[in-house]
Amino acid sequence: MLEIKNLTYKVDDENDTTKEIIDDLNLTVEDGKFIVITGPNGGGKSTLAKLIMGVNQLTSGQIILDGEDISEMDITERAKKGISFAFQAPVHFKGIRVIDLLRLAAGEFISVAAACEYLSKVGLCAKDYVDREVNASLSGGELKRIEIATVLARGTKLSIFDEPEAGIDLWSFQNLIKVFENMRKTVNGTIIVISHQERILNIADEIVVIENGKVKKHGTRDEVLPELLGTSAAAAMACEKLGGDQ
Amino acid sequence: MALDAIQQKIITEVADLHGVPEGAYNIRANGSSAARSTTANIDIVTKEDNPGIDIIIKPGTKNESVHIPVVLTESGLKDMVYNDFYIGEDADVTIVAGCGISNCGDQDSQHDGIHTFHVGKNAKVKYVEKHYGEGDGKGSKILNPVTNVYQEEGSYVEMEMVQIKGVDSTLRTNYAELKEGATLLIHEALMTHGTQSATSDYKVVLNGEDSSADVVSRSVAKDESEQIFEVSIEGNTACNGHAACDAIIMGDAHVVAIPKLDAKNVDAALIHEAAIGKIAGDQLIKLMSLGLTEEEAEEQIVAGFLR
Repeated sequence: MLEIKNLTYKVDDENDTTKEIIDDLNLTVEDGKFIVITGPNGGGKSTLAKLIMGVNQLTSGQIILDGEDISEMDITERAKKGISFAFQAPVHFKGIRVIDLLRLAAGEFISVAAACEYLSKVGLCAKDYVDREVNASLSGGELKRIEIATVLARGTKLSIFDEPEAGIDLWSFQNLIKVFENMRKTVNGTIIVISHQERILNIADEIVVIENGKVKKHGTRDEVLPELLGTSAAAAMACEKLGGDQ
Repeated sequence: MALDAIQQKIITEVADLHGVPEGAYNIRANGSSAARSTTANIDIVTKEDNPGIDIIIKPGTKNESVHIPVVLTESGLKDMVYNDFYIGEDADVTIVAGCGISNCGDQDSQHDGIHTFHVGKNAKVKYVEKHYGEGDGKGSKILNPVTNVYQEEGSYVEMEMVQIKGVDSTLRTNYAELKEGATLLIHEALMTHGTQSATSDYKVVLNGEDSSADVVSRSVAKDESEQIFEVSIEGNTACNGHAACDAIIMGDAHVVAIPKLDAKNVDAALIHEAAIGKIAGDQLIKLMSLGLTEEEAEEQIVAGFLR
């Protein structure tokens, strides 16, 4: 279980005024859930994800993983405790090949066949990719999927994906949705996805809405999604509520 | 003369040899020839005017290799050698050179190898040169290699220069002249640490129409080491030249890149790229998020970069 207690993250802006990106935020994520975090741009979603991974160091509060306070741990320690992170903008490496990155992710010298398995899961034709360098010769969509494959190869109890849809074309996006639908069925651990996409929200167990550095809403998909979408379902719910009051 | 254990270890480092190589070879240890073998197509002859050898490869020789490693294990030895390669037309061969120095003494050990290649029409050569130094004596390990390459029409030369560890001081001088349709690819991988210094000076002259050259250097400078990379490509006709210098700088190192392009013909297409910078923070963060420590992440990034 991941518990976030009174989490605050402040930064000083250009005018030397302190801004709270994350403001006394509380959130509990239960094991094995597929959670989608959404909300307006600049609301603090990515920052929250980076605080969980330790990429950014919190100002105050606590992050507790399975009862252990990991707030002071560095990225490496948190990774070893079982947190994985797929970055919004995948990093390029000159000379490091896809197979090397997957081996580092798996923490062992996995076979080419095993590496191909992970690549297939993210919809890449494996043999074309294992020996490619993880550099700008790969497209944004390819890099994104390789990034996701590294998280699959780690197979940790908590996997965080920061806007997997960002920067990829529509065609790649269709395939990406399939990757997540598939992951939804096959991965045992907890998955947190930061996303604006309705189709990803659609496969969530729970949806968390973050706005102005705080949790604005947190509930099951059926509770949160209709309201977010402002669909007829939301309208129906509202009518029901009105009817009940009368 | 048999090689001792240290010499054998160094040969393994510089030439990937774990025993007697197949094909032609000449092993030079502490300034004299230790072992030699020739084949029906590849002859190795001791020079009479200078120290060194002539390596003569018959036209049409296919898929053969020549190994000419050099080892220095005597402290204070200054070795200079001239090796001339005559590669016949249409030959396709691999040449593995390389020099390793083990210096446990207090005097400097130095090897200056001057390699000249005469590459025949349509011949194809892959040349691999590795440098390695070890030994904790106070004496420096110094290597100053020179290569001169003369390529005939349609020839293809690929050169891989690797110096990853233990050499205190290097001055590398490379010169190449290409005739019509000839291709030259050079890939240099260099790492310096401690107070080492390495200078590479490449000059390529593209004389023949449709000749092309690609000179790529990847280097890592650590601690207080210093690197200077100088490359000059001269295009005298319709040709293609590309040079790239990509360096990672760490600690208190110093890296200098000096590109020079010299076009003397309107159809000479010459390009140069140079980049020097530290390891990107996001690369470290990504690898740390896979469970590597910061030091392990650095090692992986450097190893990949120099591959």
